[in-house]
Amino acid sequence: MTNTIRLKAFLLTLLLVTLFSIVWQFYVSGTAEDHGMDAEYAALMGSASKGGSNLPGPLDVASTVLSHLASPLHYPGTDQPGLLVQIGYSIGRVLIGFGLAALVAIPIGFAIGMSPLWNRALNPIIQILKPISPLAWLPLALYTIKDAEMSSIFVIFICSVWPMMINTSFGVMSVRREWMNVARTLEVKPLRLAFRVILPAAAPTIMTGMRISIGIAWLVIVAAEMLVGGTGIGYFVWNEWNNLEITNIITAILLVGVVGMLLDTALAMAARVVAYSD
Amino acid sequence: MITTTQERPTISIEGISKTFAEGNAEPVTVFDDIWLRINKGEFVCLIGHSGCGKTTMLNILAGLDLPSSGSVIVDGSEVTGTSLDRAVVFQSHALLPWMTVGTNIAFAVESRWPHWSQQQVREHGQKYIDMVQLKGHENKRPSELSGGMKQRVGIARAFSIEPEVLLMDEPFSALDALTRGSLQDELVTICRKQQQTTFMITHDIDEAILLADKIVLMTAGPNARVCEIVENTLPADRTRSDMHRHKNYSPMRNHLLEFLVNRSDSSKELIADGKHDSRHPPLIRPVWAEGQKTIYDQQETDNEK
Repeated sequence: MTNTIRLKAFLLTLLLVTLFSIVWQFYVSGTAEDHGMDAEYAALMGSASKGGSNLPGPLDVASTVLSHLASPLHYPGTDQPGLLVQIGYSIGRVLIGFGLAALVAIPIGFAIGMSPLWNRALNPIIQILKPISPLAWLPLALYTIKDAEMSSIFVIFICSVWPMMINTSFGVMSVRREWMNVARTLEVKPLRLAFRVILPAAAPTIMTGMRISIGIAWLVIVAAEMLVGGTGIGYFVWNEWNNLEITNIITAILLVGVVGMLLDTALAMAARVVAYSD
Repeated sequence: MITTTQERPTISIEGISKTFAEGNAEPVTVFDDIWLRINKGEFVCLIGHSGCGKTTMLNILAGLDLPSSGSVIVDGSEVTGTSLDRAVVFQSHALLPWMTVGTNIAFAVESRWPHWSQQQVREHGQKYIDMVQLKGHENKRPSELSGGMKQRVGIARAFSIEPEVLLMDEPFSALDALTRGSLQDELVTICRKQQQTTFMITHDIDEAILLADKIVLMTAGPNARVCEIVENTLPADRTRSDMHRHKNYSPMRNHLLEFLVNRSDSSKELIADGKHDSRHPPLIRPVWAEGQKTIYDQQETDNEK
């Protein structure tokens, strides 16, 4: 039963993608005559001069994707860093910024969840800092840190920290009273209580926060790299925009989507490990 | 307070009350001036209607809650917090769902004896898993167990720390009648064998008659008091399957039922009249007598014997 649904769903996905590609191809391929346009200008305009679009078609993109797959480490035909290297930089920055955020957010979230005093004291600060666009921090980071690499990591850090902190404190606050009562009647020491009772109880909520965080971090890294430049998939997209290499931009967009999905899947699998049912 | 008996009671509840004040609402005193003594090895059941503060009282005994006034003395010292000497079986079993059955028990055993080796902890825990007949289920998570099995784990966990006092808050109320019956049988066997001092809250009259040496009857709340203490007049080796044949069963049951249905409210007037001594509530021994349906061999002695 579930298998047939899975197969049907897969075929339907395939069908939708194919339909989209056909419409796309149809849209970009011009058929009309050029209207007595200057030959040189028509060549410059490409298929747009024939009433189509100057957007590359799915077949152009497919051939570009293949060329990048064939040469992942070097930009096809050059010795510049390839797509795999660029996305590697982006993933690295996200993981470092996200990891540092987890190291800070989870203990602080724990403290907020355990103590009504800390909760009240930190809540207004978090509520003000949380809605700030992470990119707004970038000039300040560049000015104070004076290092492009560290600044983009800082931007990832600052956008990942809030969902993890809020979810950790919420998870810790909502540990069931009966489990706390069990621990109290067993006279469990504070450190053991934190690691054997509260942390496992709050783990699913913390994992949800981590999934939200990594999603936001992955959204933000592309924009941050566009601004900071140098390396990374965001820089790659912006560079190709300056070169007007639209097929490369579309290739990069597809890659960003695939990697984002993989990051989310990895955390979803981790969440399954710590999940429990009552 | 001067203790007149040679043996000091394990638990002595001395004039406790509990008042809840929420916001601007009038503070409510759920129970007031409760005096009760539980001797070593005794099984005491508390019966009363909802709202007379039974669970609050159990939480105070456990040290999870504090009385508004009065104090609880356990083994000569006042209860100010929780203790490994007082194990609690919670109404909702309260197992930690991310741990297996074995780990749940081991967690309790490690709390009691932090310096034991893993081997010792496992062997000790296994003894209690076997005791509640859950051998072979050690590696299951609570979510894989039925309600009755979960509560068995809760009971095994409480016994595994070898507490001085076992406190049980309606442990079987969430179970179906058949499961409840078999668990009661097991509990009665274990408690008698271990001479376990136990305080249990229940709604179930038959459960109280089967398990308890003494049954404490409380008036309805608010301002609930201990109305009287009923001594179990059935033989100590009673079982669930044969106790109803004993001649004292019917007087016992009728007395308890009569109290719950008709007297738990009206008895408040008795207390208001000032004829009731909260410190020494009457001790009742319902026994059967020739030619009479029920006869109460009422002794106006205190419960200090």
